[in-house]
Amino acid sequence: METSAPIIEKPVIAEIEKPPLLLSQLVFLRFKRHKMAVAGVIVLILMVLYSIGGTFFKSEAFSLVTDTSIRLNAPSSIHPFGTDAVGRDILARTIYGGQISLMIGMIAMILEVIVGVLIGALAGYYGGILDSLLMRFTEAMLNIPQIPLLLVLGKLLADKIQPIVLLGREFSGSVIVIIAVIGLTSWMGLARIVRANFLSLREQEFVTAARCTGTNNLSIIFDHILPNTMAPIIVSATLSVANAIISEAYVSFLGVGVMPPTATWGNMLNGAYNYIETAPWLWIFPGSLIVLTVLSINFIGDGLRDALDPRALTQAE
Amino acid sequence: MARYIIRRLLQAIPLLIIISITIFALLQNSGDPLATMGGKRVTRSEDRVRLARILGLDQPIYIQYVYWLVGNDWVKLDINQDGIFETTGQRKGVLRGDFGNSLVARGQSAMELIKERIPNTLVLMIPAEIIILTFSLLVGIFSALRQYSLTDQVITAGSFIGYSMPIFFVALASMYIFGVNFRKWGLPYLPTVGMFDPKIGKTFSQVAVHMVLPIISMSLVSISGYSRFVRSQMLEVISQDYIRTAYAKGLSERMVLFGHALKNAAIPFVTLVGIDIPFLLGGAVVTETIFGWPGMGRLFIDHLTRFDTPVVMGILMLISLAVVICQLLTDIVYGWLDPRIRYT
Repeated sequence: METSAPIIEKPVIAEIEKPPLLLSQLVFLRFKRHKMAVAGVIVLILMVLYSIGGTFFKSEAFSLVTDTSIRLNAPSSIHPFGTDAVGRDILARTIYGGQISLMIGMIAMILEVIVGVLIGALAGYYGGILDSLLMRFTEAMLNIPQIPLLLVLGKLLADKIQPIVLLGREFSGSVIVIIAVIGLTSWMGLARIVRANFLSLREQEFVTAARCTGTNNLSIIFDHILPNTMAPIIVSATLSVANAIISEAYVSFLGVGVMPPTATWGNMLNGAYNYIETAPWLWIFPGSLIVLTVLSINFIGDGLRDALDPRALTQAE
Repeated sequence: MARYIIRRLLQAIPLLIIISITIFALLQNSGDPLATMGGKRVTRSEDRVRLARILGLDQPIYIQYVYWLVGNDWVKLDINQDGIFETTGQRKGVLRGDFGNSLVARGQSAMELIKERIPNTLVLMIPAEIIILTFSLLVGIFSALRQYSLTDQVITAGSFIGYSMPIFFVALASMYIFGVNFRKWGLPYLPTVGMFDPKIGKTFSQVAVHMVLPIISMSLVSISGYSRFVRSQMLEVISQDYIRTAYAKGLSERMVLFGHALKNAAIPFVTLVGIDIPFLLGGAVVTETIFGWPGMGRLFIDHLTRFDTPVVMGILMLISLAVVICQLLTDIVYGWLDPRIRYT
């Protein structure tokens, strides 16, 4: 993105006396130079503040109150974002919907990283039959298009799980289903990246050295090789938060994902196209929140990719 | 080459079988086909039992799968449960093109329903895909050739934003601007719903006008993503030595760009597109739902919400088949683009 101007413009002698920068400091320095990524961090923090801080102004019960006498009301001083087709306040629903959408993004990402890293690491490190088996499985998963699969699984499992109560709030059981389904259908790309890195790293000398000192396989995988392949994992994980939020919005938008009354930014859009002429505020507010969040996460991912690029790192040194 | 294609097709068979078993196992024991079929009318338990037997739901799941795959017209069934197996099955099985009868649309086979919709989806997808490929190549090459210029930076920023847009947001926004507000402002506006105006009928111009918004929303996101990819591929290729050689031996700019650079830059692009075409099908579900387009995507979501298993199974299997075929075509195009690749 940015043209790489040297950061430290000091005489060479002074540079040697200065203690070398830590890796994390370098990455931070380079990340800071990516202006859009910094803007992304700010917008994302604002989003989190909006959906968490909003709880102090609007209660959850208020977001669930239905009153058909005020259905499809245009934005006003009482309902700044207007009301939806059953008279619920859209501002309050974007606050509580935001919590769910962001939570789905985060937890689905964690699930995806766990599965993707495990499968990729095992396949890449052990190779042989285990590798072929796991990779054929990965390819089979890649062959099923994600959205139809999400729709089918969401539809099948959504009714089967009871609502759960967490932190005094009741969540529709479909939230869990959607998180699990998104996490378990999106790890394939990450697994392939991790496998490719493991394949090349396991031949390197530090692995041989670790093996000579009697380190067991698990420790070699997780303590020695994995830290060396963190950069692509971090970038991929960041971007997959955005993907998970979009995936949830897709299925919920089609009425198959998270079930009302629990709000998400996605299911608030469900049916909005029926009122496109009369009530555009139904989709403008939740839709813009999704776009802003996804855009800022993608910018952060892009910034991290540049900041963590090993070739760029040596340049900055 | 022929041997390679045959081998790939043979390899696809077990893959499709695994996919079909997975989807079948998932779908078969979901919902209540009897309730779907009879609505509230089939309440008598004898009727339910009889219906279940006609549908073959009393059989263990692996037998159901075999009947689904190869049909049951070669076995005798005991429909009235008198211990005598006298009725011959009616189903022909997927391998002979019979996905079973739809549970929702009475008297119609799933295959008929799907066949009706496939042309509508293709009418939307093929122009969309052509537009996507043309524009992403043009935009990508254009901005690669003007790297770091103002145009390039505008395009790069714009494509980054477009790439982060969910299809439904683009669809709703374009609908709101070009359909609703243009009409309000008295400008020529575009229709937002359906495939043609029922008052005018299904004429070519009607379908073409109704196609504009769905195609815009489907292609915008893809063009943004692909043009970024094409740009970075082109940048990598035009810094290579053989491009300098091509210029040095006096070839025209056009020849170097399109004959040498693009052909090499296109190789990874072909893979990406080949993998993504099925995802476009997924996007079609959303686009067709929003724009009320009577295609396969909407058929899928309509029948999924009503647990019409045969239709849903049919569409999923067709998509999986499309994926396999797309991948094979990708590999063939690959071999044509890069003569270094030889398939044996």
